[in-house]
Amino acid sequence: MAETQPTVGEYSIIGKPLPRVDARAKVTGEAKYAADIEAPSMLWGKVKRSPYAHARILSIDTSKAEKMPGVKAVITGKDFNGYKWGWSRPTRDEEPLATTTVRYLYEGVAAVAAIDEDTAEEACELIEVEYEPLPAVFDPFEAMQEGAPLVHENRPGNICVEYHWNFGDVEKAFAESYLVREDTFKTPRMAKGYIEPPAILAYWPDSNHLTVQAAKGSPYFPYRILANCFKLPLSNVRIIQPFIGCDFGGTKNDMVNCDFSAPMLAKKTGRPVKFVYTQFEELTTCLRRHPMWVTIKTGVTKDGLLTAIHNKIISDGGAYTRMSPLSNFLTGICMGLPYHLPNFKHDIACYFTNNPSSAAMRGHGIYHTRFAGDVQMDMIAKELGLDPVEMRLKNAIENPEPGKIYETINQLHVATCGVKECIEKVAKGINWEERGGKAKKVEGDKAYGIGFAAATYLSGTKLSAHNACAAIIRVCEDGSVNFLTGASDVGQGSDTVGCAIVAEVLGITLDDIDIKRVDSAHTPVDPGSYGSRVTVLAGAAAKNAAEDAKRQLLEVAAQQFGVKPEEVDIRDKNVFVKSNPEKSMPWLKLVRIACYETPGKVIIGRGYSTQGIKVYGLADFSKGVGDIGTNYSFTAQASEVEVDVETGVVKCTDNSVIAHDCGFPLNPPAVETQVQGGAYHQGVATALYEEFKMDKGSTLNPNLVDYQRPRAYEAPMTKVEHVITNDPYGPFGAKEASEGSVCSAPPAIISAIHDAAGVWIKDLPAQPEKVFWALKEKREKEKKGK
Amino acid sequence: MKGEPKELKLTVNGKPCELKVKPKTLLVELLRDELKLTGTKRGCLVSACGACTVIIDGKAVKSCSMLALQANGHEVTTIEGVADGDKLHPIQEAFVSHGAIECGFCTPGRVMSAKALLDENPNPTREEVREAMQGNLCADEGYVKYIEGVEIAAKKMREGE
Repeated sequence: MAETQPTVGEYSIIGKPLPRVDARAKVTGEAKYAADIEAPSMLWGKVKRSPYAHARILSIDTSKAEKMPGVKAVITGKDFNGYKWGWSRPTRDEEPLATTTVRYLYEGVAAVAAIDEDTAEEACELIEVEYEPLPAVFDPFEAMQEGAPLVHENRPGNICVEYHWNFGDVEKAFAESYLVREDTFKTPRMAKGYIEPPAILAYWPDSNHLTVQAAKGSPYFPYRILANCFKLPLSNVRIIQPFIGCDFGGTKNDMVNCDFSAPMLAKKTGRPVKFVYTQFEELTTCLRRHPMWVTIKTGVTKDGLLTAIHNKIISDGGAYTRMSPLSNFLTGICMGLPYHLPNFKHDIACYFTNNPSSAAMRGHGIYHTRFAGDVQMDMIAKELGLDPVEMRLKNAIENPEPGKIYETINQLHVATCGVKECIEKVAKGINWEERGGKAKKVEGDKAYGIGFAAATYLSGTKLSAHNACAAIIRVCEDGSVNFLTGASDVGQGSDTVGCAIVAEVLGITLDDIDIKRVDSAHTPVDPGSYGSRVTVLAGAAAKNAAEDAKRQLLEVAAQQFGVKPEEVDIRDKNVFVKSNPEKSMPWLKLVRIACYETPGKVIIGRGYSTQGIKVYGLADFSKGVGDIGTNYSFTAQASEVEVDVETGVVKCTDNSVIAHDCGFPLNPPAVETQVQGGAYHQGVATALYEEFKMDKGSTLNPNLVDYQRPRAYEAPMTKVEHVITNDPYGPFGAKEASEGSVCSAPPAIISAIHDAAGVWIKDLPAQPEKVFWALKEKREKEKKGK
Repeated sequence: MKGEPKELKLTVNGKPCELKVKPKTLLVELLRDELKLTGTKRGCLVSACGACTVIIDGKAVKSCSMLALQANGHEVTTIEGVADGDKLHPIQEAFVSHGAIECGFCTPGRVMSAKALLDENPNPTREEVREAMQGNLCADEGYVKYIEGVEIAAKKMREGE
């Protein structure tokens, strides 16, 4: 639990602990997720998958499957008439179902709709596909060899995307540095880790309208993609959003085989078609985090100030481009934060391989380089004899004076930065000073150590094309309010925060607000739930829409009171003249007058996000400059680990503190779960536990038994401290919460292992065998040294 | 004949049920597909995630780990049977008020594991809470507030009764 409470200031609702608006539905089991939804005369779908990681499709014979009793339709990729899709126009390289070539194991080649799931599955077995196996590549180092088999014939060298940026004079800075160090770190191929597998129900109310209810965290992705695929106007595509069982980027933003197959089979059969993926399908075919090999070279002065960084990174993009251009871009764009960096060079190349595709994941891109950079910072601190906290405080960016902006070397603009306060808070929280900066202790076979890290994350991601969120506020005649947003709460708590913002602006209570989940027939278009953008951008839209509705109501109130609208306000459901609060009326009375007084008004407020969007323009991907975020969050973390020096087993202890600068916590407990979850599930998990084991494109641990994820036993009871900086570009001062701690956890834990046991684990995750061998090697070296 | 539906009698959320099911039907499938109790989630089907946890004769059980027919003659409680009408169970109340819930997909299973624990052991240590929740995977909130939530509920239940 948080020990420091944020200052609540002048607000009635936001900034206080708020129960989540959807919690009751979730805790009683009433909340409907995609797999819980049924429709009359519904059919079940199943995808037929390729047994090869790379092969040419010579023929597909569906006749036996079609004749099977209970089968209503069979489709192949050819039904889509050559349609291809992708993250952006130049990267449309993937088909709904492969027609000529499969590029990863279990890629979909056909799909069946039948009266039940078993029949659909059996029918898939009857589809006969003739393949010509092709030579394949399974890691980027094979893929980059001259003459290596090509994953895409039109992509020479298997290069998916590469960036080469250069700021300042890195070589000169290295030459003048007191110490230069180069290390290579490796980040693992990871599952997104959500438990709800992809699911979809699709139907055609008539031949010209498509309705979809699917486990999609960004419903306006399928809205646009399906309109394009089925040649429908956007007005005729209806995406109705069920509750979503987590997202974390990738699969639930993007499309998977069933997301195209369900609408096509529904079109063919004239009946609703439902798919629910198994966890095996999820873990073998859906998007995972890029594994990366990060070589980082860093120069420092004698005092430990950073002079230059040069990153050389190789990453595995898998079979299709997907979001790789963004993932790889993000590894470098924020390198100038949270530490001052005067010279910087970034070279990254992402290669196609015949592995399942890689894509975004919580902590997207930034985590790879923050892990490498922060661990190496500790290595350098050790060499210089500096304390890890002191080393970070020296390099950390100062919080700019109000109205001033800090600009990084690659033109990122930061209005508020609480990183120093975050570092100080976690050092204090873990009693660093009292321990004399020496945490190390040994009890029997157990060694204990503490590690620190700091991180940044962008919030309110801005990409080229559509960025703004929008909201509509409908004031009902009984004083209740409908809040329509295009944004999706996938668990982060944005529905509650949105309602709180609307209630705060209108001067009413949280209970008066009813939020509608996305229905693209009624809610305004929205980019999606990714890049920590929802609270910042959809929150700003909610604020603007509520202000618009309030303005309309205040005009009515002003008429009643015989004053100007700006002289009236609403607070705690009381409408009053600011200079003479005696002159007042209840909220309900004002609403009634507005709605009923002939001819009667219909109060509809509308707004979209405007803050920060245009301030410094958009990022330039080829040059590596410009703002990718509306604003930037900062995080620091101190973690203690217990290392069993006999077995190599590492465990986080409950002695762990994270301080997070989210600008202003609109709902403090939600910020805490976001920060703890980010640090834990994708942070501790990355550091110690999770990795897909691969063999020639085949995932060897495709279930939640063999792919071991940390559970309650392994959960550190992390304390969260709030750092408040009130950012001018977020609604009520807010910035993102959760992706920062994904980036701070792995380096803090790896540094803690070194502090405890004297070994650097540069290849994540630090599973017991790696730690065991590293300890053994260290002991042998020490013996020889004697 | 093999594969033919068989008679099944059990009690679900206090109500007796009599129906015919195929022998291969899992308990989670019976609850969700036949009885339309979709609060019990289908997550992994290999007894690893705990999203399908229900209570059978007082014990927390993953409903994908047994056949529906194995529940013959037993008493099954699902998430739909936990609240008393509109009144939430103290565990549900604590999860809501303590802000433990994020996406909510694992929440029903977690309520069932916690209820089985507290029904048997009203005053568990933190280690016992962790042990009881070990079978329930979560992906987003970090476990901290769920563990604290069970402790808050345990305290309330002890004080209330």
